[in-house]
Amino acid sequence: MSAKPAQKMDPARRRFLQDAARGTAGCAVAGMGLMWMVQDARALPDRAIRPPGALPENDFLASCIRCGLCVRDCPYDTLVLAELGVDGAATGTPFFTARDIPCEMCDDIPCVAACPTGALDKGLTDIDDARMGLAVLIDQETCLNALGLRCDVCYRVCPLIDEAITLERRHNERSGHHAIFMPTVHSDKCTGCGKCEKSCVLPDEAAIKVLPIRVARAPSAEHYKLGWEENNPLVDEIIDLPDRLPGSGTDNLAAPGGFEAEGAFQPTFKLPTAEGAGQ
Amino acid sequence: MSVKTHLPVGHEAIRDKGLIRAHKYLILRRLSQTFFLSLFLLGPWFGIWWVKGNLSGSLTFEVLPLTDPFILLQGMVAGHWPEMTALIGALIVAAVYALIGGRMYCSWVCPINAVTDTAAWAHRRLDLPKGWQPKKNTRYFVMAMVLVVSALSGAVAWELVNPISMLHRGLIFGVGFAWTFVVAVFLFDLFVARRGWCSHICPVGAFYGLLGNRSLLRVSAEKRAACDDCMDCFAVCPEIHVITPALRGKDEDTPLILSPDCTNCGRCIDVCSVDVFHFTNRFDDTPAPGRVRARPKQTRKIGEAA
Ligand code: SF4
Ligand code: SF4
Ligand code: SF4
Ligand code: SF4
Ligand code: SF4
Repeated sequence: MSAKPAQKMDPARRRFLQDAARGTAGCAVAGMGLMWMVQDARALPDRAIRPPGALPENDFLASCIRCGLCVRDCPYDTLVLAELGVDGAATGTPFFTARDIPCEMCDDIPCVAACPTGALDKGLTDIDDARMGLAVLIDQETCLNALGLRCDVCYRVCPLIDEAITLERRHNERSGHHAIFMPTVHSDKCTGCGKCEKSCVLPDEAAIKVLPIRVARAPSAEHYKLGWEENNPLVDEIIDLPDRLPGSGTDNLAAPGGFEAEGAFQPTFKLPTAEGAGQ
Repeated sequence: MSVKTHLPVGHEAIRDKGLIRAHKYLILRRLSQTFFLSLFLLGPWFGIWWVKGNLSGSLTFEVLPLTDPFILLQGMVAGHWPEMTALIGALIVAAVYALIGGRMYCSWVCPINAVTDTAAWAHRRLDLPKGWQPKKNTRYFVMAMVLVVSALSGAVAWELVNPISMLHRGLIFGVGFAWTFVVAVFLFDLFVARRGWCSHICPVGAFYGLLGNRSLLRVSAEKRAACDDCMDCFAVCPEIHVITPALRGKDEDTPLILSPDCTNCGRCIDVCSVDVFHFTNRFDDTPAPGRVRARPKQTRKIGEAA
């Protein structure tokens, strides 16, 4: 500090401060641009499915160094590295498009073994535990099985046939005396390998598609208590849900327990018509 | 040697040492860059999988893992602790460059180097003005910025724009629009800022520079007394400022180029017709007398055509 109050700043010091301010400002601007790009890269397109064992997208972007070793060790050329401007996934990161080449669910999971960083989690040792995505019968208007024909291709190619995908029989309302075998995916078993999507016989797009879990599933409504699930008391060990009375009409809100049963609940006032009850 | 020659950059060296010796390290460097690239291309092109992956991470002969330490560092500040394989790979790479000079990566391995060298060469041929010159420390600012953005965003940030990995990955795995980034670097160096990318901006170069701060392998201006001020070394060196302290030093100053910015490219060795420079180690203390004659201030423009 000089004795005189510094009217004129030492030129060297001023230059230093100016440079520092300029450098910091420049980097802040560039940094914000980069930040924006990072956020942009997070918008993984729904058709880009990550390899088995991939960490959740946010962690994946922190851990994948884009070396492509997973791509190289995939024996079926399933995986590709995203190219800038061509594929929507963050540039250089691995993904696959189920409709092109699905994952064959190798027993030894070579892609996971190859990953040097753990972006593909080494904790995944049984490929059946993979959750790359979830198959969804997305077009129930064109799926041949849904139309009442027998196609079944997606069901037959599924490596976890009758577990991940089942054919649920229901009445064919159109013909009146046939069955519809509805392909039905079970999220607790489906690995998202995409073999069903790949083999769907429809031209171009498939009626069944593998979607990222975040798109395919709605978060469960935790605050709803499903009375038919056992051991699900409102407050553990203390408050239990009231059990429904047996008998017909038990789900009739106007008359819980039903009207017919002897001594059953009778509403204090009746709605005008029986048909209108409960509407 | 009293008559000052005014030949274009490098011509004296070619005249005195022959074409090959005057480009020895340039040729070796291009060979080395081609070699490292071909190692990665052997697999995809010829099915010989000695090396898998790319410069960001690779596996050689199924045993030797190598990882780019700067990319791994970004992932780590972004909050991911990598598997042992990647850590070991990064340590090996870091150790090698700490020994031989971090920016050896820049001049002997990095594929962008050929692009920016070409831009610099064209810049000299076209005798363009040096243009905007970012401040000396810009690359460290950029490096810090990259780490901060990685930490804040939780993603490996620089890989979204890094022209090095885009070019390298593009060549090995297929190019999308990655070439636009490479062209951008070329145009930037040619028209906006001479030697702008590698010598001022690139955070990867900055990181490797820091890594090789204490490196063993160094260029020395041991025969600086013989310097005839032709300025050719300044014309070809991508990091001009590193030469002055060594070349223009007094008897008691070290002739070693100790700045971590020096890329150990050896172009100064090539281009010097009187063999002032050579490679040595940082502990080499051979006496190196400074120049005795006082010379008039050099006026020739270093940008004159080569
Ligand atoms: S499990 Fe097999 S087929 Fe599927 S992505 Fe990995 S290596 Fe490829
Ligand atoms: S092996 Fe791992 S780090 Fe390399 S590209 Fe694949 S997921 Fe990313
Ligand atoms: S393969 Fe396609 S059309 Fe056939 S049942 Fe499956 S979803 Fe329907
Ligand atoms: S400064 Fe950057 S782009 Fe230039 S050679 Fe070095 S690493 Fe490559
Ligand atoms: S001093 Fe010599 S070796 Fe170092 S960067 Fe310059 S030309 Fe290359």
